[in-house]
Amino acid sequence: MSVSKAAVLDRPWAGGTRPFAMGSKKLGMWLFIVSDTLTFATLLIVYTYLRMAAPSWPTPFHFSPGILFATVMTFVLLASSFTMVLGVRAMSEGDRKAAVRWIGATMTGGLLFIALHLTEWRSLIAEGMRPFSNPWGDPLFGATFFTITGLHMTHVAAGVLYLGVIAAGVARGRFSAEDVEVSGLYWHFVDLVWMFVFPLVYLMSVSLP
Amino acid sequence: MSEPAAVPVHHAPRGFVRRYIFSTDHKVIGLQYFFLALFSVLVGMLLSLAMRYHLTNPDAKVRLFEMLWPDGAAGGLMTPELYLSLMTIHGTIMVFFVLTTAPQSGFGNYFLPLQIGAEDMAFPVLNMLSFWTTFLALVVLLAAFFVEGGAPLGGWTAYPPLSAIPAAGPGQGMGMTLWIASVGLFCVASLMGAINFITTIIDLRCTGMTLARMPLTVWGWFVTAIISLLAFGVLLAAAVLLLLDRGAGTSFYVPGGLIVNDRLLDHKGGSPLLWQHLFWFFGHPEVYIAILPGMGLVSQVLSVFARKPVFGYKAMVTAMLAIAVLGFVVWGHHMFVSGMSPYSAIAFSVLTMTIGVPSAIKTFNWIGTLWGGSIRFETPLLFAAGFVSLFVAGGISGIFLGQPTLDLYLHDTYFVVAHFHMIMGVAAIFGIFAATYYWFPKMFGRSMHSALGKAHFYLTFIGVYLIFVPMHSVGLAGNPRRYPDFKEFEFLAELGGAHTFISLAAYFTAAVQLLFLANLFWSMWKGRPAAANPWEATTLEWTVASPPPHDNFGGVTPQVHQGAYEYSVPGRSRDYVMQSEP
Repeated sequence: MSVSKAAVLDRPWAGGTRPFAMGSKKLGMWLFIVSDTLTFATLLIVYTYLRMAAPSWPTPFHFSPGILFATVMTFVLLASSFTMVLGVRAMSEGDRKAAVRWIGATMTGGLLFIALHLTEWRSLIAEGMRPFSNPWGDPLFGATFFTITGLHMTHVAAGVLYLGVIAAGVARGRFSAEDVEVSGLYWHFVDLVWMFVFPLVYLMSVSLP
Repeated sequence: MSEPAAVPVHHAPRGFVRRYIFSTDHKVIGLQYFFLALFSVLVGMLLSLAMRYHLTNPDAKVRLFEMLWPDGAAGGLMTPELYLSLMTIHGTIMVFFVLTTAPQSGFGNYFLPLQIGAEDMAFPVLNMLSFWTTFLALVVLLAAFFVEGGAPLGGWTAYPPLSAIPAAGPGQGMGMTLWIASVGLFCVASLMGAINFITTIIDLRCTGMTLARMPLTVWGWFVTAIISLLAFGVLLAAAVLLLLDRGAGTSFYVPGGLIVNDRLLDHKGGSPLLWQHLFWFFGHPEVYIAILPGMGLVSQVLSVFARKPVFGYKAMVTAMLAIAVLGFVVWGHHMFVSGMSPYSAIAFSVLTMTIGVPSAIKTFNWIGTLWGGSIRFETPLLFAAGFVSLFVAGGISGIFLGQPTLDLYLHDTYFVVAHFHMIMGVAAIFGIFAATYYWFPKMFGRSMHSALGKAHFYLTFIGVYLIFVPMHSVGLAGNPRRYPDFKEFEFLAELGGAHTFISLAAYFTAAVQLLFLANLFWSMWKGRPAAANPWEATTLEWTVASPPPHDNFGGVTPQVHQGAYEYSVPGRSRDYVMQSEP
């Protein structure tokens, strides 16, 4: 009780200030990430639930080409997170040109990921995999695979568009360093989701000798 | 009031469309939500009256039914399918577009920035988007009545496999698809709202508005927004999977070997229980989304009208947070009859009982707030006290239903209907009524008629008990729910009298609501002009004009020096201290 009223008002949660010392947009993005985490978590729990309940779950992937290909995709996505970090750093140093370049590189990484992913989808579809059936057994293998990776790919595509808007704005002198950082948060989140999808959906579906 | 402010004042946009339709002003959006909920509650109530009429007069031919639903009520006779579709839309519209919308999005939008001393919400454009997404969701839901086959039959819980198979019934085709689309849109709108509410409360509190000085209404909206943020994303994912089962041929929720309408389905491997888990992981927190803003409001109103500080402010906040956390770990108590392991059932049961502790703390503190106060018997106080009464009455039957052994018997009976209507439906509606009577002077600058308001309270209070107390008995006697009529069941014949009584009480209670509507619209234009602070309350919204100017505080950022409940403070000339007073 010896704390003076003025001292109380200096505290970050006393009002009249932003307690997390960040703009509202950034806080809003964090909250969006929380809610989207729940959405992805739901799909991964659905996958786990159905897989555990299935009498036998297909394990059709082989080290080559399936897993090797997915590893390359993973590498591309991780590399795009790295270029995004460099873009955010360039922007915080006030170097808009470099920021646009790095964001452009990130978008290229995202597009490459989508292209590789679609190639993989096409080859799986050519092997007979559908949302409702597949040649290896339980039809839910295809259902969960296409739903989870499809939702993730939609997020990557939305992220490429989002980064495109940011890059175009940055090039024209609009947007602050924090705006770029916020778009970076989204991008890293989408990468992080893949870090759960890759082991659960790919690595655990490898047929071991 | 009309003093020119020293700092430039923001004016509302001049065009009608920007000002009243696509407005980004939180007060206009709050009113839009309020009127959307008012429209929805009238639709929902009329549907319930049609159902009650049919239950007690199963053979009656009603011209009106035939005019409204030419297919479902050919010749005026309601088919079982039509009854089920009315039940589905009644439940969906009431849970989502009334109980979720009015207390949180309606009053929350209007009064949250005012109570924390902010000019607007953190994301005004997002706010506008979330209202119009909600509006679209309502249109899509009601459209289900007008497509081929009519509205879906599965209730607001939409259990598969029925909901996953378009061929399963007349409403399960296009009607069900629209239902899922509507719920999906509503999820998106609620998530946008939740992000906005949380950011606003964290970032935009004015100087001195520490967390411990926030009115409990703000705490209610805050905790509700956190629950919404965590719950609606799950329902959204679940709804997408249901849509895929219907459209893309997947089998997330559909088991193998299912025969529907004499046809063996191709689906294989899915689990209807999966939907139940996902749905109730959202569905139980949803109950608290509906009731928590009411709890905050009731705490506020009881304190204002008892002229006493809220009893146990910190305990109230802690109890709300505890309810929010526990709300996420009890979903299994909706699934006791699903064949779950008795060990799981016991775990869910124990956790469910635990919610009784914070609930009892809240009730105790409400009574403690009233205890020894100099109570002013105004309409908001009456409805707040009615809320406490209904919360206790509806909560006690929850203790019954939380026992797996009892629930096995009671689950599919009217006992459950009575329970959730009392606690989630009517209690929350009483919160909405209390909020309307309490804040009407601020929202419209006029007062509602006091005697009419009190008559509305007493008649409604008696009416809802007359409906729902006998309904418990009907349920205990084994009367199953969701049945369009009971003609075929000899053992239910002796309950006919009770059902007639319930229906009559329902007509009576519905008619009483005309008093409210008349009072509401009459007072909007003809009510006595209201002062800035007619209830002598302490919170910031009462420091500005009624209705508040476009930028809330006229460009002056308020400062807070007091807690929210400084009533009957010794040594002061008045019996209350405004939060902004030094």
